[in-house]
Amino acid sequence: MSEIGHNARRLIRDIAHARAGDKGNTSNISVWANDPADFALLKAALTPERIKRTFPALIKGRVTRYELEHLSGLNFVLEEALEGGVNRSLNLDSHGKSFSYLILGLPIEEH
Amino acid sequence: MAAPARPYRIGTGAGFSSDRLGPALDLVRDGRLDCLVLECLGERTVAFAHRDKRADPAKGYNAHLEKRLKQLLPLCRAKGTRIITNMGAANPRAAALKTVEIARALGLTGLKVACIEGDDVSAIVPMSTPLYDEPGTLADVGLQLVGMNAYLGADAVLPALEAGADVVIGGRLADPSMFLAPLMHHFGWRADDAALAGAGTLVGHLMECGMQVTGGYFADPGVKEVDRLADCGFPIAEVAADGTAVITKLEAAGGCVTPATVKEQLLYEVHDPARYLTPDVTADFSRVRVEEIARDRVRVSQASGRERPASLKVTVGFDDGWHGEAGVSYAGPGAQGRGELAARIIEERIRKAHAVAADLRVDVIGASSLFATAGLKAQAAQDVRVHAAMRSRNREDIETLLWEVESLLCCGPAGGGGYRGAITPCVMTKSVLVPREKVRPTLEVMIA
Repeated sequence: MSEIGHNARRLIRDIAHARAGDKGNTSNISVWANDPADFALLKAALTPERIKRTFPALIKGRVTRYELEHLSGLNFVLEEALEGGVNRSLNLDSHGKSFSYLILGLPIEEH
Repeated sequence: MAAPARPYRIGTGAGFSSDRLGPALDLVRDGRLDCLVLECLGERTVAFAHRDKRADPAKGYNAHLEKRLKQLLPLCRAKGTRIITNMGAANPRAAALKTVEIARALGLTGLKVACIEGDDVSAIVPMSTPLYDEPGTLADVGLQLVGMNAYLGADAVLPALEAGADVVIGGRLADPSMFLAPLMHHFGWRADDAALAGAGTLVGHLMECGMQVTGGYFADPGVKEVDRLADCGFPIAEVAADGTAVITKLEAAGGCVTPATVKEQLLYEVHDPARYLTPDVTADFSRVRVEEIARDRVRVSQASGRERPASLKVTVGFDDGWHGEAGVSYAGPGAQGRGELAARIIEERIRKAHAVAADLRVDVIGASSLFATAGLKAQAAQDVRVHAAMRSRNREDIETLLWEVESLLCCGPAGGGGYRGAITPCVMTKSVLVPREKVRPTLEVMIA
């Protein structure tokens, strides 16, 4: 098997940790490589386009990615992604606190 | 050369309205703190506090204030630790009066309690004010106003510190400002020094959620281990005169302070790391350095800042009807299928039999709930809970939902049990901006 095949079984959670927060209907999820050596892989795996494309029904707005290269961190800002936010959402988790695991649950290789 | 001044030691005594008390007492007892900050407000917390005040003019402050201060005040006085808190919520005056009453009952004569008001801007913000980052005005929201509070900055807290207050109580004091203010006061940082304001704001930002920087909200067994999370300690910041800080905890407390816990908190609820707006500064966290200098000791430096925003953000709360939720559970072979059938029945009954059009959502917890909209779903889950949620301005709609879900016990799929249902009032919050010169914080010092 190629390394691609090997990576296909690995999740973002195997190389990174993350935390989600909310402001209104906007979610932000910071994702940090456990090992700086994996930051390039993390950056290649988690493009804003991929995240927007993977959860089209959830993320209605723009996805912006900020990079903190020296800390091996990425910060994703997902607009209109909290089903109306804490004011409106009927999701049990109306703050989207659990959404860090939406990202961590993704396979490193998309296909 | 003179020895460098010793670091200023700030502890967090609460990171949200219902945070634990025990670890706060531990910090004051053993942490050699100069200052303890209790951050107890969220946007919606203030709105609910306004509702409490409307029901009883002597209420509207944090529900745990009395229990907390009865234990904290004597300890803090013995240790010379100052308290800064926004537990005043919608009624700082009532909170300060209660604090004086507690101090007197405990014999803490002479305790100085500072009450900061002026964050309630309902008298100066007209309903014609445009909403922040969405179209329309406050009037267009079309709901009953509950209250509006401007985020006050360090400049509102400083006069209380200059007056020598032992306890500073306000309402909507901005979270990081409660940490920045004592640093400005202690080190004599100038109000127009944006770089130091950025550094102090970083300290506040890392500390304001309490245990979220000492191992709380972090553990993931097998991947991210946290030692003795059940006994997790609140954080301590040891801040130097140049604004650099070491984040740590009591050695005896559970939890951990690592670069990973600090980094996760660094960007918590932050969008652009180079532009974090507070009443005090446009803080820049984009070049922050995070270094582990010893076990459970992480040094942070290189935070910066630019000019503070010209306007203050105001949170406006409105009454917004009712929220109801109800559930019933299924387990064993075919549980997911039975739960999904129950979910379809609830939706059909609400829409067709009752013609209720209010927002309704039915999840099958165990198969698909938090990630339902994201499109994730389990197969053949064997222990599920059907969870129905509704929001409506008509309470009867919600009562209908609860009745329908309970009726599934006899009228629904096989083996359903464990019905529970609850109705709670809802608030809607909006944000507007107000020119800062229109907001006039006031100070009153009360002596116990």
